[in-house]
Amino acid sequence: MTVTDTENTGSTEPQLSPAGNPMGFGRMLRKEDVRFLRGHGHYVDDVQLPGMLYSAILRSPYAHARIVSIDTSAAEAHPKVRAVITGATLEGLNLAWMPTLSHDVQAVLATDKVRFQGQEVAFVVADDRYAARDALELIDVEYEPLPPVMDATKALDPDAAVIRTDIEGKSDNHIFDWEAGDAAACDEAFAGAEVVVEQDMLYPRVHPAPIETCGTVASMDPITGKLTVWSTNQAPHAHRTLYAIVAGIPEHKIQIISPDIGGGFGNKVGIYPGYVLAVVGSIVTGKPVKWVEDRSENLMATAFARDYHMKGRIAATKDGKILAVQVDVLADHGAFNGTAQPTKFPAGFFHIFTGSYDLQAAHCKVTGVYTNKAPGGVAYACSFRITEAVYLVERMVDVLAYELGVDAGELRMKNLLRPEQFPYTSKTGWEYDSGDYPRALRKAMEIAGYDELRKEQAEKRERGELMGIGISFFTEGVGAGPRKHMDILGLGMADGSELRVHPTGKAQLRVSCQTQGQGHETTFAQIVAHELGIPPEDVEVIHGDTDNTPFGLGTYGSRSTPVSGAAAAVVSRRVRDKARIVAAAALECSPDDLEWTQGRWSVKGDPEQGRTIQEIAMLSHGSLELPEGVEGHLDASVVYNPPNLTYPFGAYICVVDVDADTGKVHVRRFIAVDDCGNRINPMIVEGQIHGGLAEGVGMALMQAIAFDEDGNCLGGSFLDYLLPTALECPSWETGATVTPSPHHPLGAKGVGESATVGSPPAVVNAVIDALKPYGVRHADMPLTPCQVWLAMQGRPARTDLALT
Amino acid sequence: MQVTVTVNGEEHTSEVEPRLLLVHYLRDHLGLTGTHWGCDTTNCGACTVWLDGVPVKSCTVLTAMASGHEVRTVESLEVDGVLDPVQQGFMQEHGLQCGFCTPGMMMTARRLLDDVPDPSEQQIREGISGNLCRCTGYENIVRAVRWAAEHPATEEAPA
Ligand code: FES
Ligand code: FES
Repeated sequence: MTVTDTENTGSTEPQLSPAGNPMGFGRMLRKEDVRFLRGHGHYVDDVQLPGMLYSAILRSPYAHARIVSIDTSAAEAHPKVRAVITGATLEGLNLAWMPTLSHDVQAVLATDKVRFQGQEVAFVVADDRYAARDALELIDVEYEPLPPVMDATKALDPDAAVIRTDIEGKSDNHIFDWEAGDAAACDEAFAGAEVVVEQDMLYPRVHPAPIETCGTVASMDPITGKLTVWSTNQAPHAHRTLYAIVAGIPEHKIQIISPDIGGGFGNKVGIYPGYVLAVVGSIVTGKPVKWVEDRSENLMATAFARDYHMKGRIAATKDGKILAVQVDVLADHGAFNGTAQPTKFPAGFFHIFTGSYDLQAAHCKVTGVYTNKAPGGVAYACSFRITEAVYLVERMVDVLAYELGVDAGELRMKNLLRPEQFPYTSKTGWEYDSGDYPRALRKAMEIAGYDELRKEQAEKRERGELMGIGISFFTEGVGAGPRKHMDILGLGMADGSELRVHPTGKAQLRVSCQTQGQGHETTFAQIVAHELGIPPEDVEVIHGDTDNTPFGLGTYGSRSTPVSGAAAAVVSRRVRDKARIVAAAALECSPDDLEWTQGRWSVKGDPEQGRTIQEIAMLSHGSLELPEGVEGHLDASVVYNPPNLTYPFGAYICVVDVDADTGKVHVRRFIAVDDCGNRINPMIVEGQIHGGLAEGVGMALMQAIAFDEDGNCLGGSFLDYLLPTALECPSWETGATVTPSPHHPLGAKGVGESATVGSPPAVVNAVIDALKPYGVRHADMPLTPCQVWLAMQGRPARTDLALT
Repeated sequence: MQVTVTVNGEEHTSEVEPRLLLVHYLRDHLGLTGTHWGCDTTNCGACTVWLDGVPVKSCTVLTAMASGHEVRTVESLEVDGVLDPVQQGFMQEHGLQCGFCTPGMMMTARRLLDDVPDPSEQQIREGISGNLCRCTGYENIVRAVRWAAEHPATEEAPA
């Protein structure tokens, strides 16, 4: 018997379970809501342990300064303080530095100097939250300020201060050069092209800012030597391995629990100094230690995203056939190279920047530099920098349309990959699995009423009113990834899953991924229901506890459904195969004589003769004599190694009105047609898309973390770093096409980040389109009223620096 | 100092520091962890509770200010095993994902519906504009509040 891993079963209408849920795919209300709605979610800051202490971190006020001295005596004398830890303490434990996910190290607490504003300098453990904060005030640090490097474009200047003096022999701020594609072929295409357009653009530094900040509770049992860590994290198993490597604690003595997580978006992938410090604090005091950062700490010191300075070039024929795209990137990685992505890809998946188009050639070159800013770069629902890639190509296509004087929709339609070209190998080496791009764009244009909108726009322009229509078409690549090509710190990106069907036919599915709101407890139960005919209400999904789940790499890069979802399907099929042998033994026939119909094995041609999966579960645990080689019980485990990424795609259209007097942008409509293959729970899929669209509006119009030249972070609170509210968001208009993935066992593709990836260029294209009467071809995000107004004056600002 | 705060109808007398924030009192002293905390600047609304019937951001209210007053938190929405229509609406319309903003959002929504039982979409958007959500893009929250407006009588609680 073989497991059919590629069968495509997403489209049939499922029957309903006794509780009225779909026996498989379809809209199902979420199981997890039952606790969240009652205020009974269990987030990290809700963890209370007997004797638990609280902690706080003293942070650097400077972006770049030498530490002359640290005096902690007054803090230590505070009656409620239990421990004060500095870089010097950690040096003694060989813990002052920890490895990053990108072959670099990062200071846990600064020893020699501080390298960004907000960097961790000292750690206090005290009896309560307030006392810990009070004690920070009592620590006296003497700094000798150094010139900070705040402008990435000047980081490689010969006179720029060297940030990483800790790296032996380092004499500049250069991190890496990396390229993809064929430079020679690209040069040739450009040399022969009728039209070449260039555009510089910045994808500014933004922060994912989940409403729950990062935090942890570490509890080291001094007797058993077991370390239990509750933490806000998207990848519990990877964290366990990292703690073992960083702190030298044996991995079997570490348990990582990610209880409920209040949103992640990439902010909770990495290990932060605070997490490590809480562990040290617990070892030092012998008590559990809680550390929860405040919002300013979250925005100033944890994983930011993007910060890509891009120089794009696009080559085309006069009649609008795109030939080639070339881009040079200056990547601002902050003070430590801590980007979180598969190891072999220092620029993440940026080289998917050829997007959804059929090109002759493409090439990119990425240079990473250190600056005096917080580390990070890959976070915020970016699918490992596909956000930057999609923004680049979708802006370039609009810039080309502007120069050619053609409609941006028509230009896209003319250049999109055609369905018959799939599977398609892109000029930078990606193998797109499946797609029907023109269908998705046509559908979005239909929903939008594109032609009427253009008519309305023309009329408004006559009257001097500013209305813009922006399109973006994106190709995502999610579900990292084939372990041959993709690993994180040497850990291949395959996911385990285990399924146990108990004697009474109720099941527990154990998965390695970690929900931060994506609804895994519901969706994964639906996968089991779909494959085994066990009602989803009878399937408990267990996740977020390394002692109780199989190994896997976690939830980011939209990888849960493509990887862990596939694992859940395959493990269910293994159980189904086992059930077949048991059923055959019970029915005294050959397994080959049985056929599967939802939830039941029965004799071919005699459907009365059969056993339900629930009956088989009991039989498997009972006294039935089983054939040689079958051990009994009804369970299975699997490690799913994805053969390829899946490639969701979509067509987005944004309609904006711009107030010519104030520069204020009003997003009037947003149409999103997404194709993520088969949808397991369409309600959850739509919810994911809605969330991403709001993020896109936020990034395009409001969110950016800039710095002044002294190194002060200008986005360190929600008063400065503006997030969209219900008022900035329109009522999203969504549509779907379905092109199943040919290699995913459920034909699904993953969707969590599609909208964050795809929506910013649609909004920006719309605003720039609105400003066409002013001759504006480009302005960088965020398109705040001020930036729009400056663009109308022909002098858009650099949004990474303070306005001067 | 000594405070006496009525929370969800129950009177609590406690010895607290004068600077103790109400959100920390509710969470750390009373164990009512349904009220969340997400910023330092009264922006996010995760900490929204009612103080004498008015939604406030409990991260910016001192416990001392609540002494002698009535506080209502998310834990009070369900009565005798029956969920408030707002809670049901959030479930029915998938108005929550990570659930972190949800308690504050629901406390704001409950008050909005008490004041404006049949709010328009725009009124709902304005009403919840002091509460940030990073997951839902607000669409389904708006629908959840509309659902609650259309089902004012509490029905059977979902399992
Ligand atoms: S925590 Fe009170 S408004 Fe954010
Ligand atoms: S549901 Fe996650 S912040 Fe609103």
